[in-house]
Amino acid sequence: MTQLIDLEKKINSELATKIKSSYIKHNHLYLNIEVEDLTEVLVFLKNNSSTKFRQLIDVTAVDYPEEKNRFNLIYLLLSHEFNNRVILNYYINENEIIPSITEIFPSANWMEREVFDMYGIKFKNHPDLRRILTDYNFDGFPLRKDFPLTGHNEVRYSEDEKKVIYEPVKLEQNYRNFDYESPWEGTKYIKNINKKND
Amino acid sequence: MTKEKKTLNLNFGPQHPAAHGVLRLILELDGEVVEKADPHIGLLHRGTEKLIEHKTYTQAVPYFDRLDYVAPMNQEHAFALAVEKILNLEVPIRGQFIRVMFCEIGRILSHILNVTTQAMDVGALTPTLWGFEEREKLMGFYERVSGSRLHANYFRPGGVHQDLPRGLVDDIAKFCIDFPKIINDLETLLTDNRIFKQRNVDIGIVSKQDALDYSFSGVMLRGSGVAWDLRKAQPYDCYEQLEFKIPIGKNGDCYDRYLCRIEEMRESINIINQCLVKLPKGPVKTNDAKITPPPKKELKDSMEALIHHFKLFTEGYRVDKDEIYVPVEAPKGEFGVYLISDGSNKPYKCKIKAPGFTHLQAMDYLIKGHMLADVPAILGSMDIVFGEVDR
Repeated sequence: MTQLIDLEKKINSELATKIKSSYIKHNHLYLNIEVEDLTEVLVFLKNNSSTKFRQLIDVTAVDYPEEKNRFNLIYLLLSHEFNNRVILNYYINENEIIPSITEIFPSANWMEREVFDMYGIKFKNHPDLRRILTDYNFDGFPLRKDFPLTGHNEVRYSEDEKKVIYEPVKLEQNYRNFDYESPWEGTKYIKNINKKND
Repeated sequence: MTKEKKTLNLNFGPQHPAAHGVLRLILELDGEVVEKADPHIGLLHRGTEKLIEHKTYTQAVPYFDRLDYVAPMNQEHAFALAVEKILNLEVPIRGQFIRVMFCEIGRILSHILNVTTQAMDVGALTPTLWGFEEREKLMGFYERVSGSRLHANYFRPGGVHQDLPRGLVDDIAKFCIDFPKIINDLETLLTDNRIFKQRNVDIGIVSKQDALDYSFSGVMLRGSGVAWDLRKAQPYDCYEQLEFKIPIGKNGDCYDRYLCRIEEMRESINIINQCLVKLPKGPVKTNDAKITPPPKKELKDSMEALIHHFKLFTEGYRVDKDEIYVPVEAPKGEFGVYLISDGSNKPYKCKIKAPGFTHLQAMDYLIKGHMLADVPAILGSMDIVFGEVDR
């Protein structure tokens, strides 16, 4: 834990203007930056002898449709040497194109493809930006909050046409999202119910 | 006259027994040498992450069984830990030991499947038959504890669903006595086998640096000589109280990864044995009635229990606004859950970090310059399961 505090200080002093905010929680260091500084911050974190975040664990995005800057991009990094984890994030708006980090971490290739596939975020200088998990000719970006859970198209084998065909989703009953959340809080105390029967 | 270089494009899969599921590989061949591999994945994509966003925390757990379906409980573990950390829940010590024990059973399940099918991919059928007999016994333990052989839904945030049934501890102990002999038998078939070695030694070599660059984890990393295991480096639950070794490889080829897995199975047996000895008495899940449901018999005569039960299975529990990344050492590598909660009863976002995804990404790098026949060997040693790659 003290090591993580030192790390936070170190990063904040070396990259003073680039780090917008930082905090430590759950034994991870969370850093918030601007998209322009992404490459520089990552190169520093990877190569500096006191950080050595040499492994990229994952790249992902979060969609906040009501916000002006809609997407939150998240990079998870791991340092084997110091046994630390950093969670790096920045906000972008819907049409922004962000730099690919495949030059720094080769493993970012598929991770960025997945983000592109799921959220429609485009990466500049990515060697091979294709869809990865969804079907060939898929339309839309499934993990955006405005994409319906049931999707748009369904696939079936047509006996008449003797081939697999795509059709708009037809449900006997529409998907119903029950909101079970109630404002009723219940009791604050926890009654020890196990005792009574013993 | 210059000879024009001709390459052949070969479509491998999506239905191929050596693809370990639904993998489509577009291979560019020069004669029998692979020049380029382009894996097409996603044929088993079920939208797990989207579905979890629409389910309560309790309902989300079974989706994790369906990721890496050969070691289901290890995945549940990551999700349960993530929710517990946000909620600040303390899991009773007996619950922790049961979880660790079943995680190690999951590791053996996964490694048996991998080692024996890897052998099958290069031509040996017997190990599969012997190994699957043992897997059957282990899945029997799964069934006795959770009611289901594969999709257990046993680890819950706050502990495990129910205590071990009578007699299970003795049967697991008996298994731990018998199983090392089976590992020895498997080794007599494979470790010094000439064909097995010809097909695996010096195939698919990963250097230390490349293993880091390609975000490898688990055996893929340890096979290349990096001693990194989350159970030791960032211990969760009661791993700190247990003693075990981390086997590492030297050359980073398919054969070393096989040896690592064999040794890991032995270590898992060792861990299970320690758990059985140390297994304390007591509750198996937190007694916070706002998170875990009350025992069935309480429902008959306690008003509170009835209310809690009703609330938990309709509304579920709410999780404070937070974001967290929790990794566990799954049999295939680092399996992580990046969970964002917004204070409601459903996760706002749940990103699943699957080890197989990053491993398969390196397929092109691993296979370049190898023969076509090495494709199944390398694929087998990467330990790919499409449930988790495609999610």
